[in-house]
Amino acid sequence: MIRAEKLTFDYERLDEEGRVESKKRAVDHVDLKIASGEFIAILGHNGSGKSTLAKHINAILTPTEGTLWVDGMDTKDEEKLWNIRQDAGMVFQNPDNQIIGTVVEEDVGFGPENLGVPTDEIWERVEESLKAVGMLKYRHHSPNRLSGGQKQRVAIAGVMAMHPKCIVLDEPTAMLDPNGRKSVIQTAQKLNREEGITILLITHYMEEVVEADHVLVMDDGKVVMQGTPREIFSQVEELKRLRLDVPQATLLAWELKKKGLPLQDGILSMEELVDELCLLKQKM
Amino acid sequence: MIRDITLGQYYPAKSVIHQLDPRVKLMTTIIYVISLFVAKGILGYVLATLFLAMAIRLSKVPFGYMTKGLKAIIMILMFTVVFNLFLIDGDVVLWRFGFLRITDQGVKTAVFMAIRLIYLIIGSSIMTLTTTPNDLTDGLERLLGPLKKIHVPVHEIAMMMSIALRFIPILLEETDKIMKAQIARGADFESGNLIQKAKAMVPLLVPLFISAFRRANDLAMAMEARCYHGGEGRTKMKPLHYESADKTAYGVVWGYLLLMIALTWYERLHPLILL
Repeated sequence: MIRAEKLTFDYERLDEEGRVESKKRAVDHVDLKIASGEFIAILGHNGSGKSTLAKHINAILTPTEGTLWVDGMDTKDEEKLWNIRQDAGMVFQNPDNQIIGTVVEEDVGFGPENLGVPTDEIWERVEESLKAVGMLKYRHHSPNRLSGGQKQRVAIAGVMAMHPKCIVLDEPTAMLDPNGRKSVIQTAQKLNREEGITILLITHYMEEVVEADHVLVMDDGKVVMQGTPREIFSQVEELKRLRLDVPQATLLAWELKKKGLPLQDGILSMEELVDELCLLKQKM
Repeated sequence: MIRDITLGQYYPAKSVIHQLDPRVKLMTTIIYVISLFVAKGILGYVLATLFLAMAIRLSKVPFGYMTKGLKAIIMILMFTVVFNLFLIDGDVVLWRFGFLRITDQGVKTAVFMAIRLIYLIIGSSIMTLTTTPNDLTDGLERLLGPLKKIHVPVHEIAMMMSIALRFIPILLEETDKIMKAQIARGADFESGNLIQKAKAMVPLLVPLFISAFRRANDLAMAMEARCYHGGEGRTKMKPLHYESADKTAYGVVWGYLLLMIALTWYERLHPLILL
C-alpha cells in the first residue's frame, strides 16, 4: 500500500534573494512498508519528523531524495497527484482549520465535489460516511457548535466520503479533551476493522498506540524503533531515552520487575497487569 | 455566547419565499429596485406597495424585522426629505420664510423619495432575511457565471465569500480570547482619546492577523489534501434547479415590471392631479 525507500526531506530556509540559507533535515533516509488494512502508529516527540513524513503520504510535500509510492503511484508524479490524494486522505491536528463547509453535511460533501462525483452519489457518500463516524444526526448542524471530538469525526467523515484506501491522522487528538480523544480513536479503529481502511495514526499519546498492529518510533528524522506495541513497550529504557512516555501500566510493571517481581515484558493495559499480579499471587 | 451570533440576518421560517431559488430572489430584488425608479406617479407607487405587501405576507417574517434595516438609513432619509422639501421649485408656493420655501412639487418629490428609499431597504431586507448567506453566495456564483468568459474568477470569489462566512464566528471568538489575554497583561482598551484607543488596538490586531494567516495556511493545506483544485471539473452537492415555483415567481416579477412601465406611461398621458 505505502512503500518508502530512503525517503529524505529537507526544510530550506531562503534568504531575501531566494538563495538557500540553511537546511534542516526533517526526514532522514526512512524506509517504510505498510500493507493494506494495517493499523500503524507513528510515535515521536515534537520535531521528530513524524508530521513531515505524514505530509509526504498525501503528496503535500515531495521528497528531496528517495521515493515514496502510494498504491504503486510515485508521489513525485504530478499527473497522479489527485489520485494519490484521493487514495490517501489526511486528517489534521486543528479541527477548526480543516472544516470548510458552514453545515456539517456540506463539509463532508466537499471532497466528493472536488472529485467531480455526480450529485446523487455525493448524497449517498455523505450519508454513509456520517453514519460510519456516528455523526449522522448532526448533519444539519453548524460545525461551530460541535465539540472538538465531534469536529474531528466530521473531518474523518469528510475524508471517508472520498473513498480512500488509507487515512493518515496527523495528531488528530492533540487539541481534544479525553472524551473527544477516545471517540476519535475508536472511530479510527472501527474504520480499520469494519471497512478495511489502512490507518496511519501519528500521535504522542501512548495509550492510543496500544491497539495498533505495528508501531514506528521516530527521532530526529529517523525511524529508531519498529515492532508490535508489545515489542516496543518492553524496551522502557530505550523509550525513556527518546523522551517518550510509557503507558502507566507498562511503567508500573517495569518498575516492579526491576524490584525483582517475575513479571512478563511489555504489559500494555491495566487488565493485563492485574491478571499477571493475580497469577503471581496464586503461585506464592 | 459569542458563538450564537447569527450571520447576515437570516430569519429561519418555512415560507414560499424561503424556498425560492436564490437566483430568483436576487433577480427579483434587482427588478424591484428598477421598478421603484421607473415609477413616477401615484399609481406606480400603489402598485409597488401592493407588491411589497404581498412579498412580506408570503415571507412570514415578522414586520418588525424588516424595519430594523431602516434605522441605519434614518439620517440619510431625513436629509433627502429636508433637501427635497425646501429646495425644489414648483408652481404653487405653500409656505415661505426668507429664502426657504415649500412648493407642491417639493412636497411631492420629498414624499416619493422617502417612500422609494424605505421600499428599497425593506425590499432588499426581504431577500437577506429569507436567504441563508450560503445560498446567497451560490446564487451569486451562478448569476455571475457568464462573467467567467471575460476571466472574472467567479468561482474563486464565491468560495472566498463562503469561507469568510465560515470563519467569522471563529475569528470573533479568537478576538475575544486575545482581548482577554491582553487585558490580563494590563492592556487598556477602554480609556483615552480616539488616537490612544486606536493605538491600544495594535496588541489586539497583530496577534489576530498572525493567527488568521496561520489558519489560512492550515485551511489551504486541508483543502488541497481533499483534492480541491479550483472550480474546474467540480460537481455540486446542492445544485441549483429552477422548480415550478421559481418559474412562476419569475413570471410574476416580470409581469409586475411590465405593469409598472405601462402604468407610468399611462400616468404620463393622463396625469392624475392629487397633489
